[in-house]
Amino acid sequence: MEMIKLTIDNKVVEIEKGTTVLKAARKIGIEIPTLCYFELKGMNIENKPGGCRICVVEIAGRKNLAPACATEVMEGMVVNTHNIRVLNARRTVLELMLSDHPTDCLVCAKAGNCELQSMAQQLGVREIPYQGEQSTYRKDTSPSIIRDVDKCIMCRRCEMMCNDIQTVGALSAVNRGFTSVVAPAFEMNLEKSPCTYCGQCVSVCPTGALTEVDHTRNIINALADPTKTVVVQTAPAVRVALGEEFGMEPGQIVTGKMAAALRQLGFKYVFDTDFAADLTIMEEGTELLGRLSKHLAGDTTVKLPILTSCCPGWVNFFEHNFPDMLDIPSTAKSPQQMFGAIAKSYFADKIGVDRKNMVVVSIMPCLAKKYECQRDEFKVDGNPDVDFSLSTRELAHLIKQSNIDFNTLEDEDFDHPLGESTGASVIFGATGGVIEAACRTAYEVFTGKKLAKVDFTELRGLENIRQATIDFDGLPVNIGIAHGLGSARKLLEEVRAGKSKFHAIEIMACPGGCIGGGGQPYHHGDIEILKKRSAAIYQEDAGKPIRKSHENPDIKKLYEEFLGTPCGEKSHHLLHTHYFDKSEEVIIND
Amino acid sequence: MAKMKMHLLVCGGTGCHASQSEVILSNLKEIVREKGLDNEVQVIMTGCFGFCEKGPIVKVMPDNTFYTEVKPGDAREIVEEHVIKGRKVTRLLYTDPENKKHVSDSKHMGFYKKQLRIALRNCGFIDPENIDEYIARDGYEALGKVLEAKDPQQTIDIIKKSGLRGRGGGGFPTGLKWEITSKSQADQKYVVCNADEGDPGAFMDRSILEGDPHSVIEAMAIAGYAIGATKGLVYIRAEYPLAIERLKIAINQSREYGLLGTDIMGSGFDFDIELRYGAGAFVCGEETALIHSMEGNRGEPTFKPPFPSVSGYLGKPTNVNNVETFANIPVIINKGAEWFAAIGSEKSKGTKVFALAGKINNVGLIEVPMGITLREIIYEIGGGIKDGKKFKAVQTGGPSGGCLTDRHLDTPIDYDNLIAAGSMMGSGGMIVMDEDDCMVSIAKYYLDFTVEESCGKCTPCRIGNKRLYEILEKITQGKGTLEDLDKLKNLSNVIKDASLCGLGQTSPNPVLSTLDNFWDEYIEHVTVKKCRSNQCKALMQYIIDAEQCVGCTACARNCPVNAITGERKLAHLINQDICIKCGACMEKCKFNAISIK
Repeated sequence: MEMIKLTIDNKVVEIEKGTTVLKAARKIGIEIPTLCYFELKGMNIENKPGGCRICVVEIAGRKNLAPACATEVMEGMVVNTHNIRVLNARRTVLELMLSDHPTDCLVCAKAGNCELQSMAQQLGVREIPYQGEQSTYRKDTSPSIIRDVDKCIMCRRCEMMCNDIQTVGALSAVNRGFTSVVAPAFEMNLEKSPCTYCGQCVSVCPTGALTEVDHTRNIINALADPTKTVVVQTAPAVRVALGEEFGMEPGQIVTGKMAAALRQLGFKYVFDTDFAADLTIMEEGTELLGRLSKHLAGDTTVKLPILTSCCPGWVNFFEHNFPDMLDIPSTAKSPQQMFGAIAKSYFADKIGVDRKNMVVVSIMPCLAKKYECQRDEFKVDGNPDVDFSLSTRELAHLIKQSNIDFNTLEDEDFDHPLGESTGASVIFGATGGVIEAACRTAYEVFTGKKLAKVDFTELRGLENIRQATIDFDGLPVNIGIAHGLGSARKLLEEVRAGKSKFHAIEIMACPGGCIGGGGQPYHHGDIEILKKRSAAIYQEDAGKPIRKSHENPDIKKLYEEFLGTPCGEKSHHLLHTHYFDKSEEVIIND
Repeated sequence: MAKMKMHLLVCGGTGCHASQSEVILSNLKEIVREKGLDNEVQVIMTGCFGFCEKGPIVKVMPDNTFYTEVKPGDAREIVEEHVIKGRKVTRLLYTDPENKKHVSDSKHMGFYKKQLRIALRNCGFIDPENIDEYIARDGYEALGKVLEAKDPQQTIDIIKKSGLRGRGGGGFPTGLKWEITSKSQADQKYVVCNADEGDPGAFMDRSILEGDPHSVIEAMAIAGYAIGATKGLVYIRAEYPLAIERLKIAINQSREYGLLGTDIMGSGFDFDIELRYGAGAFVCGEETALIHSMEGNRGEPTFKPPFPSVSGYLGKPTNVNNVETFANIPVIINKGAEWFAAIGSEKSKGTKVFALAGKINNVGLIEVPMGITLREIIYEIGGGIKDGKKFKAVQTGGPSGGCLTDRHLDTPIDYDNLIAAGSMMGSGGMIVMDEDDCMVSIAKYYLDFTVEESCGKCTPCRIGNKRLYEILEKITQGKGTLEDLDKLKNLSNVIKDASLCGLGQTSPNPVLSTLDNFWDEYIEHVTVKKCRSNQCKALMQYIIDAEQCVGCTACARNCPVNAITGERKLAHLINQDICIKCGACMEKCKFNAISIK
C-alpha cells in the first residue's frame, strides 16, 4: 500500500493513500470536530458530504479552507487545524447553524444526546451573534417516527442511511437554500412515503430533528390504572444495551437488573420476548422443514427460499418493494406479536383476566415495532395484542423518572410461564441469530439426531451479506443472511430473478441486526459499541442452560396445553399472519 | 452565398425575435419575391448582432448597411429603395449620439469598432438553421484537420498552447482540462457542454447557440476526439427554447452530413450528442452540480476532488466546457495556437464576450480582446452613461462578482486583474451603475439572488448568505449599526473561505467589494441614516419648503395617507411618521416646494 506523508499541526504523519485528512489527524491524536460526518467502520456506512463545514482546516497553498472529512491526503500536505482563520470560520459556521435552530433544548427529546449541543459546548459558544429569520416546517408524526425539521441541520446522515444503506428512498433533500429540508418525495408525510420505520434515520440524526414517538406517558397511565393488568415483554437486544443509558460499558448484560427495574416500575408480570422467540423458531422452523421436505419430494410449486419474518421493518420493506413475492416470507408473526397473541389468550385465560383489561407492553430495540403493534391484523375486536411498544431509550427514561437507581439493583428473574427462554432466542438480537436458532432446532427435528456443536459460528459476523451451507446430515442447506435493507434488496432481486441458491434467508432491517436497532441507545457512529453488544448476545447464549428452542420446557407445555402442534390450526390462527401489497400506498398526488 | 448579389440579414436573436423580427423576415421575403428578385437577393434570419439596444436589426450585405429599430412595415421601403434603387433608408440608420449624424454602415459604428468577434464570428452573419452556410465559413474544417492528423495529443497541445481558459467563469486552462480527461482511463468518457448560463442578464451562450450552433457541435466533436469520448451532452436550460430548437436542427443536419454519428468523415471516430435540460438553477452552472442534475439527482455540488475529469457523469471521466469556450475551438484549430495567443493579455488569451447592461447607452452583447479597459468598453463601445449621468460603478461577473469603481476604469480586463480588483470574470455579465444607484441596495439585490439560488447543502452558503441579506436589509431600513458592518465583513469572509462550491465562495463579493469601494455610503447609512442616492425609502424624507409653499393644498389632497396638513394659502407640513414616501406630493407640487432630504 502506498503511503503518504503529511504534516498536521506541525506533526508528521504517515498514512495510506486514499485516506482523509480527518483520519490522518485522528491517527496522531488530533480530534478535528465534525458534525455531518458519520461512519460505522467496517459496515460500509459513511457520510461525508462535506456540507456542515465544521471540520474545515487550512491546507497550505489552497485558496479556501477544506473539509477534513472529505479531503484526501496528499504527499507533503501541510495542514493546520486550529489557527485563528480556522477557529474563526468553525465558530462562525456553528453560530450560523445555531442562528437557525430552535433554542428549546431544555425540553428537546435529544437533550443530552444532541451532537449540535455538544459542539456548541466544545467550541465554547456563549451567544448567537447572527440573529434572523428561522426556517420552519410542519411537524410530521407517524406511528413510529417524529420529524421536527426545524431542528434539522442538513447533515444528510438520514438521507444517506435511508437511500444508500437501506435503499428505502423515503428521505431526501427538497427545496433550495435556506428553505431546503430533508423530506419524503413531494413533501408528503412519512406515513405516505415508502418509509419502513426501521428508525435508522433516528439512530444517526445528530439533533432532535428525527426522534421516536414517545409512549412513556401511556405506560405511566396504564400502570396507575387499577383495572388493568399490565404485562411487559423485553426483546433480546435490549438487555445488552440498556446499561449504556446508565453509564455502563457497552456490552454489559443487564437482564436481571432490567427485570428488577420493570417490577419496581409496577408491571404485574415481567416476561420475556425471548420466550416468543423460541415459539417463533418452533413455527418458522416447522414451516422451513415443511417447504424443504416438499421441495425434496419433487414439489415444484413450493416457494424457496423461505425468508424470516420477525423484523417488522423488513416486512414493511418487502410489502412496499416486493409485492409480487408476498408468498415467500415465512408467515410466522414476529416474536413481539406472538407474545401478544399468547399473552392475551393462553395467559389471560390462565389468570382469568379479560383481554380488554390486559395491557401488553413491549420493550424493543426497534421503532418499527411501534407501527407493527398498531397493524389492524394484530387486533381482536379493535383490541391490540400488544398495546404499546417502547424503545430501549424510552425504558431508560421511564426508569430514571421513577427514581430507580438502576446500577445498584439486585438481579431478578422473569416471571413464569412466558419468561422462560433458551440461548437460541437470545441470539435473535444479532444478525444471523434467528437463522442460527432455526438451524439448531430444524437440524435436530429433521435428522432426529442431537447436534454435536450448538454454535454455528459460520453464520455470525458483521459482513453485510453472508452465506453458509449447513450440513443437515448429508443434506446441504444453503443459508443467506443480510442485514441492512440495501443488502436485503440485493438478495431479494436474486430471488426475483430466479437466481437465488438459498433455501432460507434471514433478513434484519437494521445494520448489525436488533443490537443496532433504531430504538437502541445512540451509538454516535461507534462501531465498537455494536460489536460489544453483539459479543454480549452470544455470551448470554453460551451461559444459558438450554440453548435450543424446542427444548424450552414452557414452550413444550404451551403446545401440550394449548396450541397442539407447530403450524397446527390454533398456531395458524394465533401465530401466523399474511402480508399486503403496499406498493400503491405511496401517495404522490394527495 | 455565392451567386447572390445582395443579402438581407434579419436578426433572429431572442430580443429581436420578441420584437417581430420574424414578421420583418417574411415581409422582406414576400416583397423580394413580388419584385422578382429571388435569384439575386437572399433574405435570411441570423443569430444575434449584439446591438440589442436598437433592435430589431436588419443588415444589408455586402455594403454593411445597418438598419436599427426596424418595424415590419419598413420592409417595403428597404426593398424598394435600398435593394432596387440603391438608396439607403436614412431614417432607419443608426444615429451617432455625439454628432447626431446617421452612420451608413456598421464598420463605422462605435459599438463595433473596438470589438473583435471570434466566438461570435458567425452570429449575425449566417443562417443558423442551414449547415451549408456554416460550412461555407470554414465550418467543420477544424474537425477534418483534427481527424486527419490522427493525433489527439497534438490537438490538446494546440489548445494548451493557445492559452484558452474556461469562459464559464472559472478560467481554468482548457487544454489542461482536456489533457487530464484524456489521461483518465475508462471504457466511456463524456464531453459535456455547459449551456446552463445562470447569470441574470448574461446571454452570450444563448446567442451563440441561437446564432451559430454548429461551432459548438464541431468543437464538442473535436474535444471528444482529443479526450477519447464518443458521447457528448449539452446541458441546456429549458428556458432557452429557441436555442434548443436550433441546436436540435443543427445536430440533425450534422448527422445527415455524417459529421456526427459513426465513422465521422471516414476516420473511424464515432461521436454523437444528446441534449439534457436544466430547470434553470444557478448552482447547476457549477460542474459537479450540473453533472448530478444530468444524472437525475438533486442539482447540488459535491466536493472536488474527485474532479469530473476523473470521475464525472455516471462516474466516468467527463470534460465540462462552457458554450463560449467551445465556440473558440474551431477557430483556434484553423488559425493556429499562435494566432490566438497573440490576442489578449499575458495570462488571458483571446477575447471575451460580455453582456453589457444597466445605465449604459448601448445595451447589448459585445466581444472584445482580453486586456481592453473598462473605460473603452463603457465609453466607446457602450456609448457612455445614460442621460449624461455620472458613472458610479460597474459590476462584473454576474451576481457573485464585485462592483468596481472609476479607480478601475483603466485596468486591463482579464481573469487575474478582475480577481485582484475584488471581482471576477464570471460568465461575462457587465452591469453599469450611475450616481442614482445605492451601493448598499445593490449588494442587497445580489444577495437576494444568491439566497434564492443557494442549493442549501453547506452551512455558510445556506444560512450565512441569508444572514448577510438580513443585515443589509437592516441597514437599508435605517436600523443598521457600526457593529453590523463588522458582522458583514466577518460573515462575508467566512462564507467565501468556508463554502463548498464556487457559488458560496463568491457570493459575498458584492458585499465585500462595496464595503471596500463604497465604505462611506455604508457609514452614512448606519450613522447619519442617509442614502445619498435616495434609493432607501426608509432613509428618505420629503419636506416642504415653507418659503416656496403657497398653500395651494394640491399635495395634501393627493397624499394617499393624509400625512400633509396645513391651512389654505399657508405653508403645509408633512408628518414624517405617517408619510410612506410615495412621492405623490412632490409630483403634484407646481411650485417646487417639495424636495427629498
